[in-house]
Amino acid sequence: MTAFKKSFNIKKRDFVRAGEASINVQNILKSLNMDHKLIRRIAICGYESEMNVVMHGGDGILTVEINTGKIILDIEDNGDGIENIELAMQKGYSTATEEHREMGFGAGMGLPNMKANSDILSVESEKGKGTQVHMEFNVSAD
Amino acid sequence: MTVNDLVEKFALQTAAGEKGLDRLVKSGYCGDLLSDVMANAPEGCVWLTIQSHQNIIAVAVLREMACIIITGGHTPDADAIDKAGKEGIPLLLWPGSAYTLAGSIYTAGIK
Repeated sequence: MTAFKKSFNIKKRDFVRAGEASINVQNILKSLNMDHKLIRRIAICGYESEMNVVMHGGDGILTVEINTGKIILDIEDNGDGIENIELAMQKGYSTATEEHREMGFGAGMGLPNMKANSDILSVESEKGKGTQVHMEFNVSAD
Repeated sequence: MTVNDLVEKFALQTAAGEKGLDRLVKSGYCGDLLSDVMANAPEGCVWLTIQSHQNIIAVAVLREMACIIITGGHTPDADAIDKAGKEGIPLLLWPGSAYTLAGSIYTAGIK
């Protein structure tokens, strides 16, 4: 049973509002007194995926779903898509522009950070059609 | 040590986020690559960076940092100042190098 579900819009190249969806998710999880370490992991994953949409993704939607045993983050966009997902998963690989790098992005750590901090990560993408990222986080009973 | 203690001890300029000056500083982190900071910065840290655009505020909020110090004489853009005020993250300025300030803060007991 889904206890709670909420979606946030992410806009392409909107660096001013970038991160707000993740901050909203963090505030929701805090208000539910979720485990602190779990919130931090979800914050990392939310932020990295949000920045991917802002930089590469076109417009997108971040949805958080809170269930009894797990929390799900789904991020979908209609942007550039990823040509080679295996390559994108490698630490240090990046397709960021010079502008992104000057801002401190483009270290090739986004997807590896998401993989390290989620219990399940799946990425589906088609070049030119967009990307769907699905992440799950187990919530322990205690 | 609070953020305000840091401001007074090292004569830092406060650019925004005054309402967070009473936060406790528990540790520190230096970094300009946002993904590295996002992955590794400890909770309650003072973050030293030369990045001065608005996205540093979201990183500080999500990592639950005590404050941000922009080093090297860089100045924050207007969006960063607005966002820091809104989120209550103290945004502080230091004209010298991150290395020097980090050493001083470490010596002052923030390890």
